This record gives sequence, structure tokens and C-alpha cells, in this order.
Amino acid sequence: MNPEKTEKTSKIDLNRNDMPRQSPEIRRHNFNEVALGYTEEIAVKEAKRCLQCKKPKCKTGCPVEIDIPDFISCIVKGDFSSGIKKLKEKNCLPAVCGRVCPQEAQCESQCILANKKGEVAIGRLERFLADWEAKEGKVDIPTKAKPTGKKIAIVGSGPAGVTVAGDLILLGHEVTIFEALHKAGGVLVYGIPEFRLPKAIVAREVDYIRQLGAKVITDYVVGKTRSIDELLKEFDAVFVGTGAGLPWFMDIPGENLNGVYSANEYLTRMNLMRGYQFPMSSTPVKKHVRVAVVGGGNVAMDSARTALRMGADESRIIYRRSHAELPARLEESENAEEEGVIFNMLTLPVRYIGDENGWLKEIECLKMELGEPDASGRRRPIEIPNSNFRMEMDAVVCAIGNSPNPLVPSTTPGLQTTRRGTLVADQETGKTTKERVWAGGDIVTGAATVILAMGAGRKAARSIHEYLETGKW
Amino acid sequence: MNKIIERKMIVPNMHLLTLEAPDIASKVKPGQFVIVRANDEGERIPLSVADWDEEKGTVTIIFMEVGASTGALACLAAGDSVATCVGPLGNETEIGNFGTVMCVGGCYGIGSLYPVVKALKKAGNRVIMVFEARSNYLIYWVDKYIKLADKIFNVTRDGSLGLKGHISRLPDIINGLPNPPDRVIVNGCTFLMARTSEMTRDPSIPTVVNLNPIMIDGTGMCGVCRVTINGKMKFACVDGPEFSGHEVDWKEFLSRRKAYLEEEVLFFRRSEPKQAVHKEGKCQA
Ligand SMILES: Cc1cc2nc3c(=O)[nH]c(=O)nc-3n(C[C@H](O)[C@H](O)[C@H](O)COP(=O)(O)OP(=O)(O)OC[C@H]3O[C@@H](n4cnc5c(N)ncnc54)[C@H](O)[C@@H]3O)c2cc1C
Ligand SMILES: Cc1cc2nc3c(=O)[nH]c(=O)nc-3n(C[C@H](O)[C@H](O)[C@H](O)COP(=O)(O)OP(=O)(O)OC[C@H]3O[C@@H](n4cnc5c(N)ncnc54)[C@H](O)[C@@H]3O)c2cc1C
Ligand code: SF4
Ligand code: FES
Repeated sequence: MNPEKTEKTSKIDLNRNDMPRQSPEIRRHNFNEVALGYTEEIAVKEAKRCLQCKKPKCKTGCPVEIDIPDFISCIVKGDFSSGIKKLKEKNCLPAVCGRVCPQEAQCESQCILANKKGEVAIGRLERFLADWEAKEGKVDIPTKAKPTGKKIAIVGSGPAGVTVAGDLILLGHEVTIFEALHKAGGVLVYGIPEFRLPKAIVAREVDYIRQLGAKVITDYVVGKTRSIDELLKEFDAVFVGTGAGLPWFMDIPGENLNGVYSANEYLTRMNLMRGYQFPMSSTPVKKHVRVAVVGGGNVAMDSARTALRMGADESRIIYRRSHAELPARLEESENAEEEGVIFNMLTLPVRYIGDENGWLKEIECLKMELGEPDASGRRRPIEIPNSNFRMEMDAVVCAIGNSPNPLVPSTTPGLQTTRRGTLVADQETGKTTKERVWAGGDIVTGAATVILAMGAGRKAARSIHEYLETGKW
Repeated sequence: MNKIIERKMIVPNMHLLTLEAPDIASKVKPGQFVIVRANDEGERIPLSVADWDEEKGTVTIIFMEVGASTGALACLAAGDSVATCVGPLGNETEIGNFGTVMCVGGCYGIGSLYPVVKALKKAGNRVIMVFEARSNYLIYWVDKYIKLADKIFNVTRDGSLGLKGHISRLPDIINGLPNPPDRVIVNGCTFLMARTSEMTRDPSIPTVVNLNPIMIDGTGMCGVCRVTINGKMKFACVDGPEFSGHEVDWKEFLSRRKAYLEEEVLFFRRSEPKQAVHKEGKCQA
């Protein structure tokens, strides 16, 4: 064996540093954040594992091209304030992305060390820097360009809208965000639960945009309170970032029984309306004993884990494919499993059965098996005939997906939509089929991710700025 | 935040609330509603718009105090604010020249029908009003309706005004008319809407109801307001709230509406006492 080679490889530390977390037995009973974040010491130790590649592959896996080795090297030096600055050049919501991005499918999957199953924990390091900045309490307010006198209306305050607002206000434009709900933040406040993304973090990011001078008007439904055409009279440009908030149901018998929820309703009750504090908060929530969540994505995991925290004895995920096809982030399905969520794979609900008072009592399911891969490349689930069986349940949360809310498209002549109800918009610029209107995020892609929504926002902001400068559509 | 211009009890348990909401006042149409949160802890509750003044930039709501959220609203006074008033939500009432329209109102529906009746009259209809209440002293806004309606009937449970009994007396009214109405529009409690729809099904008079399911966002996001119309799932907040009363699955509707009955009671039993409204022997509400 070549002694030199042993020397070299032995320098590579393949042991990812774990992030301290609340233990499963404790956390399944509270809404506090599950992951506790790296300490400075662990962060530096993890950062030192990075090889500082000349051609960093991790960067190619990042939808917003963060200078990953650069910010990691700042951590190694202990220069956290330069690190966060570096991060924020490309990502205006690092505290959010560090927590909810599917890094295992993005930057970390591309990391050179991933071949050896020892990829650098980029997401955790990102989160560390963002939390460090918040703890220090001195958030840098960057200097704004001089006022241009141009006004932009942003519809929706999710990650897409907030990104557009942050970018354009720094360029000297006047920005107003219109939000339908009473709190800004989009899915980050009404969907993703407190134990995964504390609401204080989202509030901090929205406050930051406010501090920069953006106006945030809540309780304002565009398409109802004012139409896009009316906004165009007052504003030079409009960005539509209304997300994909329309819940799907399965169109099976019994879906309107009491005890059957859409994930949006279930999570909104718990998060936005703070149902977990009921009866101190006034939006009522039911105490359910046996809860089944239909679906296998992040939304399903969030619902199943919320159910446990609300005191359910039994919380199940019912998914029609197998474990390997679960679309949720790996970390979240693992967390769910640790907490005691039961996974019923290859199972499809076909009917909900109620009691005499219209409350859910049982669900009837079919067993499935996997066939040939379908268009999405995943193996297609096929029903096994006569495999019906029933489970006693007092609640079902339907988390099978969302499509864009038609409210804005249907009230705006000239805005073209696809067959799936998404808005037609240019991939590079976010320009829609209507002059002076841009769009981005879930309303264009269909339900996707925070980072993709932000990426789309960034591109749209660039295009809006260009238009405002040149007047050319 | 919307400032309260006026809040008063107009008949026992029934309150009028006028809010500053210029954006809504310039946009709202008959049959639409707003979602209100009394305070920052508050639940979001849907309430129909009963009147508005575009020039003054105000909207008026009539609400019945039935639970925690309407209770919190009833404690507010002019000068206070509500945390949220968003709208106008839902679709407007279909208005046309139908001929003779019978408008049946009970409870808060007496208020929410007012803009509908105004619009119907403007479109050239003959309007027959039917007010339903437990007793005569619970009927309000008669002075407003006298100027609009061609005829007014009353049904009271104690017989203190008009016909004695339930809305089941409606056929007596309809049969007493030279011709049955061309359309019936009902606003108010679920029972009133369901019963009226039952009674107009056979003579097959088109009947429009303004459904009032449990709601959260009012924009089509949560799906809690789903109702079955003609066998199809609809979201009342965006597809309605008006539907044909003959197509509503009332049994399901009633059961969904009662979903949180127990919890609403629980809320009152939380340890924190409700703000005292009686001070020095005088009611402050
Ligand atoms: C429960 C759940 C868990 C998730 N977990 C993850 C995760 O772990 N990682 C990840 O990357 N992604 C996750 N996602 C997906 C991610 O949250 C979304 O892709 C992202 O938020 C989309 O951003 P957006 O800005 O396009 O829209 P949204 O975040 O949906 O924001 C749209 C906003 O527009 C408002 N709006 C809508 N219509 C109107 C109107 N007419 N007028 C005014 N305002 C309006 C809405 O109220 C909302 O606030 C999750 C989603 C859910 C629901
Ligand atoms: C589109 C729409 C428009 C509405 N317009 C009005 C309006 O203009 N004025 C108004 O007073 N209400 C209206 N409602 C009903 C109103 O939203 C509820 O009364 C309110 O949410 C009750 O909240 P709460 O917390 O005070 O009572 P809760 O504690 O939620 O309810 C207490 C109990 O009373 C029952 N209950 C509540 N409201 C009614 C009712 N109206 N009739 C019969 N039983 C009821 C509930 O089922 C529950 O069992 C409307 C509802 C919808 C969906
Ligand atoms: S690919 Fe991995 S090792 Fe290389 S720079 Fe990126 S994070 Fe560091
Ligand atoms: S109230 Fe949420 S969808 Fe209608």
C-alpha cells in the first residue's frame, strides 16, 4: 500500500456532525423546534470537513448558486459575520432555507464527499450562520439605491413575494406587498409547523423587509378587494406570487364527513390560528385519538407529526407507493418515524365511513403493489383486487396536493394559464402573458419548494428592474 | 385594523357594527361577506355585509351574539378597532328582472337581505318580504324595508305579529298570493334556509340561499367550507355563498356546521375570565 495515499485520505473526515435535537419521546408532546442547531464548536468542526474544492460541485446543486465553499471557509476562520454576508448575497432567507430546503437532493447531493456518504452538512451550516446573526441581534441594513419613484405591487407574501420585495427595494423602488391573510409569510406561516420552522423566524424575515421600507398590507385579497387591472393603474409593475393554495380532495365517498380535513385546513388551524394553544386561542380544534394522513410529502409529514403533538394516540401516514418513493425530505420522514408515526405503505383509501351524526368512524383502504415506472420515473402503484380492509379512525387529513388558487387568474383578463391552472410565465424573466405583470413561485410551477420560489422571485425582480429602467417590456 | 364607527344592540342579542373599510365599501355587492377578527387572538368569522356607504367608506354588519367570537365583537365600542376586516368575499347575488321575488329573512338575514332587496327593486322587481322571528320585538329595520318592499309579511313563533308559528307557515303566505313568486331568496339561520327550500321544491319556485358554513380563510385555501351541491363538492367561500336551495345537501350541511359545538363551549370554560361588562351595577356593553 502506498503510504502517501493513506496519509491523504485519512485527512478526509467523513463523519458528518449530528445536529442536537430534542429526543423523540419529549418532542412528540411539544411544539418547540425539533432541531436545536449547531453550537459554534460543532459548526467549526463541520466546516473544517469541507475540502474547499477548486470547482465546487455543491454550488451547481444550489438553485440560487450560493458561494458554498466561501461561506464555509468564513466559518472555519470563525468570521461568522462575513459568512452571513456572503450567504445573504444570494439568499435573503437563510434561516428559513437552512431549516426547510431539501439539501440532500440539492447542494449536499452534489458535494464531492457524497460519494463516500460523508457530504458536508451545508444546510446545517447555513442555518448556523443565520441563527448566529439573529442571536447577535445586529442585522445589517444594507444601503438602498436612491429613490426611482417607481412603484411595484407584490401579490402574496410567501417566499417568492418577499424575495422580489427585498431585491427591488434595495434598487430604490417603492414596494407594496398585498397579503390575503392577516399574517405575512405565506406557507411559512400558515403551513409549515412551529416545531419545524418557528414563526418568530418568519416574522423576523418579514420585519426585515419592512425595515427596508416595504409596505406590507395584510387582509387584502387581490381579485376581490382590488383586481390586478386596478393595481396596474396605481403601480408601474405587478408581481403575482400567490402560491398553490387550493387543496385537492380524492373524490371518494365520505369526504365531507366531519373529521375529514384538507391538510391546509388542519395546518392552518394549528399554525396560523394557533390551535395548539386552544382554548387560550379562540379557533376551535378537535381532540382526535386516531388520525390518518393521506399522502407522502412534507405536508403529510407535518400533518402527521402535528397530530401526535395535539395528543393523538395513533398517527398514521397512508401512502399508495412504497417508502422509497416518499416525496418528503428524508430528515422529515425519519423524524416522523422516530416520533412514532406509523407508516402504511402501498395503501389507498377508497371510502370514508361515518357514524349516524356525520362523524368519521372508519376508513376503507385497498392494498397496492408497484408496477412499471410511470412518467415521473417512479414505479406506478397498482391496486390489488379484493384487498379491501378497514381501519378505525376519527380523523383523516388529506395531504395529496394543492393547485394554484384561481382567484387571481380568473379575475385578470389577459393572464394565460396552463391546463394545470398554473400561470404561464417566462422561465428566465417571470414575465406573464400580460404586460407589466410578472409571476413566480408555486403559482407558476405548481407546489414546489421555498428555494425555487425564491429563485423565481429573484429572476423576476431582475426583469422588473430592467423594465422600470428601460421602459421596454 | 379597522376602526369601529358604531356598535349597538338593535334588538336583543342582535348587534349592528359599522366599520371603517373604504376599500371594501367601494367594491362590495349584495350577497357578499367579509371576514372579521375581533382581536389578535381572535377566530376569523364570516359575516354578511348588510349595508355600506361608499362616500363615508364604511360597511355595516348585523350579527347575532352566539358564541365566543361574536361575543368578543359585542364587547367592542365606537372608537375601538377590529384586528381584521377583509373582503368583499364570495360572489354577489344574481340580480335580474325576475318579476316577483319573495325575500325571506330571519335573524341576521333580515339585515343581509337589505342590499339584495335594494338591488332587486332597482332592477324592476316586485318584492315581497317575509320576516321570521321568535317574537315581534326581534324584527328590525322595518322602517328601511317599508320604503322598498311592495308587501311585508311576518311570521312569529308566539304570534305577536303576523302569522303564528314557524317558517313552515310559508305555504300559507304563498297560497294566499294571486300568483306564486318567480323566485325566493332566503337569508338567515340554517334551519330557515333548509326549511324554506323544502317548501318551495314542490311548487318548484327557484330558491336561492346564502350558505353560512364554518370558514377560515374565505379565499378557497382551506376547504372547510365545502358543501355538496347537486352531488358535487363546492367551496362556499369562492363558489358561493349563494346556491340553489334545492341542490344543497342539507343533512350534511347541518352536521358540518355543528362540528365544533363542544369546543365552542370549552372556550368559555378556560381559566381566564371574560372581560367584565358590568361595572358598578351598570352594564357597560
Ligand atoms: C405544510 C407544507 C410543508 C412544506 N415543507 C416544505 C419544506 O420542508 N421545504 C420546502 O422547500 N418547501 C416546503 N413546502 C413548499 C413551500 O412552502 C412552497 O413551495 C413555497 O412556500 C411557495 O412559495 P410562494 O411564495 O410561491 O407561495 P406561498 O408560500 O404559498 O405564498 C403565497 C401567499 O399569497 C397569498 N395569496 C394568495 N392569493 C392571494 C390573493 N388573491 N391576494 C393576496 N394574497 C394572496 C397567500 O395567502 C400566501 O400568503 C411546504 C409546503 C407546505 C404546505
Ligand atoms: C357567508 C356567511 C355569512 C354570514 N353572515 C352572518 C351575519 O351577517 N351575521 C351573523 O350573525 N352571522 C353570520 N354568519 C354566521 C357567523 O359566521 C357565525 O355566527 C359566527 O361564526 C359564530 O361565531 P362564534 O364564535 O360567535 O360562535 P360559535 O361559538 O362559533 O357558535 C356557537 C354555536 O352557535 C351556532 N351558530 C353560530 N352561528 C349561527 C347562526 N347564524 N345560526 C344558527 N346557529 C349558529 C354554531 O353552530 C355553534 O353551535 C355568516 C356565516 C357565513 C359563512
Ligand atoms: S463540494 Fe463539498 S467539499 Fe467541495 S466545496 Fe462543496 S461542500 Fe466543500
Ligand atoms: S373558507 Fe377556506 S376554503 Fe372556504
